[in-house]
Amino acid sequence: MTALADLTAAAAPVPASAPWPRFRVGVDIWRQAAASLAAGEVTLLSLWGERETVHLALRDGGQVAVLSLDCPNGSFPSVGATHAPAIRLERAIRDLYGLTPKDAPDDRPWLDHGRWGVTRPLAAHAPEAPAATPAAAYPFLSVEGERLHQIPVGPVHAGIIEPGHFRFTASGETVVRLEERLGYVHKGVDALTTGADIATAAQLAGRLSGDSTVAYALAFARAVEAATGTTPPPRAVGLRALMAELERLANHLGDIGAICNDASFALMHAHTSILRERVLRFAGLAFGHRLMMDRVVPGGAAADLSIASATALSTLVGETRTRFAQLVELYDSTASLLDRTVGTGRLDPALAQRFAPGGYVGRAAGQPFDARRDLAYPPYETLAFEVPVRTDGDVNARVWVRMDEVMQGLGLIEQLAATLPDGALRTDVGAVAGEGMAIVEGFRGPVLAWLKLDGAGRVERCHLRDPSWFQWPLLEAVIEGNIVADFPLCNKSFNCSYSGHDL
Amino acid sequence: MRRLLFEGLSRKALTEPPPRIDDPETAALAATLDAAARKRLGRSLSIREVDAGSCNGCELEIHALGNAFYDLERFGLHIVASPRHADVLMVTGPVTKNMREALQRTYDATPAPKWVVAVGDCALNGGLFAGSYAVAGGVGAVVPVDLHIPGCPPTPTALLKGLLTLLG
Repeated sequence: MTALADLTAAAAPVPASAPWPRFRVGVDIWRQAAASLAAGEVTLLSLWGERETVHLALRDGGQVAVLSLDCPNGSFPSVGATHAPAIRLERAIRDLYGLTPKDAPDDRPWLDHGRWGVTRPLAAHAPEAPAATPAAAYPFLSVEGERLHQIPVGPVHAGIIEPGHFRFTASGETVVRLEERLGYVHKGVDALTTGADIATAAQLAGRLSGDSTVAYALAFARAVEAATGTTPPPRAVGLRALMAELERLANHLGDIGAICNDASFALMHAHTSILRERVLRFAGLAFGHRLMMDRVVPGGAAADLSIASATALSTLVGETRTRFAQLVELYDSTASLLDRTVGTGRLDPALAQRFAPGGYVGRAAGQPFDARRDLAYPPYETLAFEVPVRTDGDVNARVWVRMDEVMQGLGLIEQLAATLPDGALRTDVGAVAGEGMAIVEGFRGPVLAWLKLDGAGRVERCHLRDPSWFQWPLLEAVIEGNIVADFPLCNKSFNCSYSGHDL
Repeated sequence: MRRLLFEGLSRKALTEPPPRIDDPETAALAATLDAAARKRLGRSLSIREVDAGSCNGCELEIHALGNAFYDLERFGLHIVASPRHADVLMVTGPVTKNMREALQRTYDATPAPKWVVAVGDCALNGGLFAGSYAVAGGVGAVVPVDLHIPGCPPTPTALLKGLLTLLG
């Protein structure tokens, strides 16, 4: 038996949970799960709260299960105490739901900066107004040692970037420690989706992180379809994958240029920006929105691919392939650029295994997981593609994984366009009660959506987990021992989402 | 690299003519601006972008303004790194309560005369996020707004039209 099957053997499954089982467990199994995570037998997918329950999603190979623990006393045994990737998720649960992780290693607030005018906004008991005294200063980790200095950066950064705070401690030019403080763009998505109708919640999901709007809309739609037992029409399945691959392509092109730009190699940025713009223009013409927002909907797709657009797509793919091959060669033959990226921001493979960050962060450090292949959701089981993996874990490896994925993506787009079935675009999802979960490979990594529907077309609870939750902590680790001036390079090579993480 | 550079010399520039700004929607945008301020400020503008809570969709399209097709800098519009260098604050997002103070302080750090351009549907009134315990509202709830460019997100062309109305 696998570790996950062992854990859930004695637990009671909750009816109407699809496509993966959810089990109501007691404190003992919860603790065993935490130990199993710490031992590396199972992988943490997410940890989230509900009014009086905490849920833990785990993966073991291609198997997935959710464990749910009731917290009648308002507390639960901390998973973060033995498995560090859970720490920030638990801090967020406490801030939003007032459920306390017992024996947690870090009891500082995370999303709550003391400015909401309420505390624990989603707790079972009425939210409390905070004390009238102003919020206490956030206690950063203490640093001791001679000749150290600190550099505070943010939340407003010196570029067109999302807000967050970075506290660097440096010894001369070398970073000794980076501590992140996030939560600045917390918009209360958990509260906004609770009780919302499916269409509104779908729009919110599509705006959790704008760069991954297709991935989130797809994860949300697939979760609704799982909960209601709906099968989207085959043409919609193909179109949705096509949009997801276009989103991945556009983002990778943007990232590759932006990383090189942060090493002052503007030529690459100028060229990839042109390729990216052409992808977005195609999306705008074909689907009516450059980022394809609200084009993936529960039950199907809200935009079609015309014959003229299919021809334009074929031209786009051909031209991108030719031009991009030149840029790959440019990258690989520019020694001054490679000098900045090779060996910079190296992620320890053991840490990558522990945090399971997915996406290019994981795949550049020897972690091959890709939800499209390993959890094979339609239509990927019918498509031929490879998942590029590198083991160096540095900025260079993260660039290469993206470059290889661009080439793979172009092949996927061609296959999808060539095999797009005819037929309807959308089916009705109906007002059925149920629970659904979906994991979709976004450009940055696996996006998870879990939701409960009430049977009247409303969302009872919706949890959306961005891959950045497991990537942000690793950025703190990879910058150690690098020079301060290489931080933008490391940061851009991760390109974590602030909005997706802050909710 | 040499080959790419030479190719670039021989190919026609991709940069497109500026969008027409005499259509009614742009005229409506321009009408909301104070004419006197426009005369004083509107030649070459330094813009500081502030994400006060957006989903990052608006940022993607603001980034696109720098690519070869739109080439923002040819109009004398520069994105700058500090509010102290800026004439214009370009603010996106519903303003989250966790970002309210940072936005206010950025505004205070920008020397007068200055303009605030609110970008995107959320920046008008909070959009889909309006009413959340964590959201203060649109940009206007925190700092005075001179121009609003709608869209979710606005296209680069819409952004360019809006910014060009600032130039006198």
